[in-house]
Amino acid sequence: MTDANGTIVAADGRPLKASLNRALRREKLRAFLLILPLLAFVIVSFIAPIFDMLFRSVQDDITSRTLPQTVIALDDWDYEGAEIPSEAVYEALYYDMFFAAEAKKHTALGSRLNYETTGMSSLFRQTGRSLDEMGGNVIEAMEDASEALDDSAFWASIFLTQDSSAGSNAAAARAWATSIADMELRLPVGTYLSDGAAEALPNAARQYAAFAMFTHIVDEDVPAEEDPWESVWLALAEDLTASDLRYDGIGAEQLAAVQAAVAAPMADFTYTAAFLDQDEDWADPEVIGTIKTFSSPYTAGYFLTAVDLELTPAGAQAVDENVQIYITLFWRTLWMSMTITFSCILLGYPIAWLMANLPDRKANLIMILVLLPFWTSLLVRTSAWKVLLQQQGVINDTLVWIGLVGDGSRLALINNATGTIIAMTHILLPFMILPLYSVMKGIPPSYLRAAKSLGATDWTAFWRVYFPQSVPGIGAGCILVFILSIGYYITPEIVGGTKGVFISNRIAFHISSSLNWGLAAALGTILLVVVLALYWAYDRIVGIDNVKLGG
Amino acid sequence: MKKSIALGTSAIVAIAGFAYAEGHMSSDMTLVSWGGAYQASQQKAYVEPYIANNPGVTAVWDESSSEAVAKLRAMNEAGNVTWDVVDVVAADAIRLCDEGLAMEIDHDEVLAPGDDGSSATDDFGDLIVSDCFVPQIVYSTTFGYRDDLVGDTPPTSVCDVYDLEAYPGMRSLERNPIANLEWALICDGVDIADVYDVLETEEGQDRAFAKLDTIKDSVIWWSAGADTPQLLADGEIVMGSTYNGRLFSLIEEQDQPVSMLWDWQMFDLDGWIIPAGLSPEREARALDFLRFATDTQRLADQAKYISYGPARASSAPLVSTHAELGIEMAPHMPTDPANAQNTFLFNYEWWADYRDDLDAKFQAWLAQ
Repeated sequence: MTDANGTIVAADGRPLKASLNRALRREKLRAFLLILPLLAFVIVSFIAPIFDMLFRSVQDDITSRTLPQTVIALDDWDYEGAEIPSEAVYEALYYDMFFAAEAKKHTALGSRLNYETTGMSSLFRQTGRSLDEMGGNVIEAMEDASEALDDSAFWASIFLTQDSSAGSNAAAARAWATSIADMELRLPVGTYLSDGAAEALPNAARQYAAFAMFTHIVDEDVPAEEDPWESVWLALAEDLTASDLRYDGIGAEQLAAVQAAVAAPMADFTYTAAFLDQDEDWADPEVIGTIKTFSSPYTAGYFLTAVDLELTPAGAQAVDENVQIYITLFWRTLWMSMTITFSCILLGYPIAWLMANLPDRKANLIMILVLLPFWTSLLVRTSAWKVLLQQQGVINDTLVWIGLVGDGSRLALINNATGTIIAMTHILLPFMILPLYSVMKGIPPSYLRAAKSLGATDWTAFWRVYFPQSVPGIGAGCILVFILSIGYYITPEIVGGTKGVFISNRIAFHISSSLNWGLAAALGTILLVVVLALYWAYDRIVGIDNVKLGG
Repeated sequence: MKKSIALGTSAIVAIAGFAYAEGHMSSDMTLVSWGGAYQASQQKAYVEPYIANNPGVTAVWDESSSEAVAKLRAMNEAGNVTWDVVDVVAADAIRLCDEGLAMEIDHDEVLAPGDDGSSATDDFGDLIVSDCFVPQIVYSTTFGYRDDLVGDTPPTSVCDVYDLEAYPGMRSLERNPIANLEWALICDGVDIADVYDVLETEEGQDRAFAKLDTIKDSVIWWSAGADTPQLLADGEIVMGSTYNGRLFSLIEEQDQPVSMLWDWQMFDLDGWIIPAGLSPEREARALDFLRFATDTQRLADQAKYISYGPARASSAPLVSTHAELGIEMAPHMPTDPANAQNTFLFNYEWWADYRDDLDAKFQAWLAQ
């Protein structure tokens, strides 16, 4: 049917084109709904975790999260100037570190920074232990000046109020404390930070608020019943020695007595000296520079380390020759995987050809022989190679018995690259044979007969007629074997010794042993990119359409 | 009559107390250990008697201690910690404590006092190397050698490992800088007291690697504790380092022609941690088990099954004979005075700092 305008319409009067599109869309939607559960499953259980892991290779917010004020204070400090940072930096460091130590976050930061600079781990751990002794003189003077400070409720009465009109929820202190503790902190419901104290005693109010939030949420205690931390005392001393102090709220009288007493000890106290007394390394530009260098939430440091460079306060540079390892390992992984793939073609092609051309009974027997090791545990097969290949093993014993090699010069077939190549070729062989077999099975034998009847020699018939048709099988087998071997880990670990291990063994080490997950993620990302690049190159040269996994 | 009332009351109190305690503890727990003979010794010495005392409690083993740190971190990030008590080496315990993944423990409050009346902290002494760590055994990494491959003069010093002329053939060392660098320096003439000071310097590290270079071509590097015993049994190596318990079972249980070389054995500790963030019921159960499993008698009992020294001083006099072989266990302990003439303890704090750096150097040196 056509309507007045000449467009074709369907039975219901709609234009046929729109009607068809609509039906097609419905079909597509139905098809999509069918795969939706699988898609959701793959995304949730496979793609999302992989991206989450890969994201760690650039994510590095632990410094800015654990030492937020220090990072800001360090903005003005310059590594090139090689000067010791200002008192403000050490002051920020003291309060950040104190709270981090209470929340037990400082040691994790120490471990993180120790990947970059040796010694950071113990520097943070030891300093964390002695933070509560810093400014001891000041705190003693305060205790002597007023007994009221020994009463936890007195502190609470100064800084906390139940009156919402006279207080706030201490948003700044809350953000700061939440960042360090890495969990949502807040004051008890119905309790506010007193505005009067916050205005006149800003440092102490902030520290007390953080203390109260931590006590409430983490320790699950009542702040008014707990003695404030030393950091709150020092912050109060700081406020009381400020020149323009105007505090007339609760406890003003007692604080005035304290104010008179702390002036002298505070004049002698600096945060800088307190840190340097603890450990002189706190003045080391390398230490401070490392904190500053890794203070942004994202870093290129892991990727640089993964290619034998390092991110230092002075910029990216090559690491010492005696610690370069990753480039070597990447190259080794690539060339050994290629060798293994090539060995698989050499060994697998004739077997696949036999399987495809022998009568079914015999072909099935070979098929079982191919599949039997495939069904055996990977560890069993690898350990069996150990027994065969070692110097006192079956192969060497046989060679010595035949007289091919002397007893004193047994071959080193294991704990080196040879061992890895032999064992992995054996383990990955089925992945080459099976696609080859399925492709060869689909090549009609009549083609070879036709070639021969037209005068081709056996070799010409194979090379010009049969082989080109089996190339898609080789392609599929190569991709399978190469991609599997590039990420192999257990077999090289067991038979590879030191010269036959792959990059994946280092990734495993950083995941499970050194806990440097960022570096492991960077190495993994590079490996993934290399595989994708090779896949792309393969597609350009051979064409991915020529890959066949089945007949 | 009075007596029976008193008895009745105490029985009620006891039952009520039992019910109270039971009601606040979860009835199953997942223990994590290393598998093999070591886990079996824990099962026999700790878990079976504990379950006999607490019928209704079930314990499941997870053989994941070798990757406990990584797995706990992953569990913690996922917010679903499925382990209750985890057996780890001391270095891992320190790391877990640093990362906030293990629970801090008040040792005197949580653990039973020693049988001799000493407090838990006195009884364990210096072995409490972290606030999160409950020591269990002292083991050592040391050498074993093939009797038939060393000629008439068996090695007596760890430096014989470096003597390729007197003891030609392959050796096995752990694929890890720890202990190897210390031994290299000791054999290069550094006094044990100065080893870590020397190793802190670039020259000292070069010196240790230079010493290792002299035997590099004759070394098979192992990564699993079972490697060296297998290599010794097959005659692949003349001598090799591994954990002393592995050598004990090779020599005494499997009757191989192998002997121990205790010289400069490196002590290390293994013990328990409780993961941070358990629910109160599971935490209570874990603490209850820990108190039982680390008391004086239980630690001494474990030595019936495996040749690792109990971590409590008060357990040492109670160490008896092997449960199956019937031999005296004390002479096979790394801590036995005859064996412990030259020893050093894994320096945890030092290695926490230098591990990342030296491991990179060590791996690069291996790859050269």
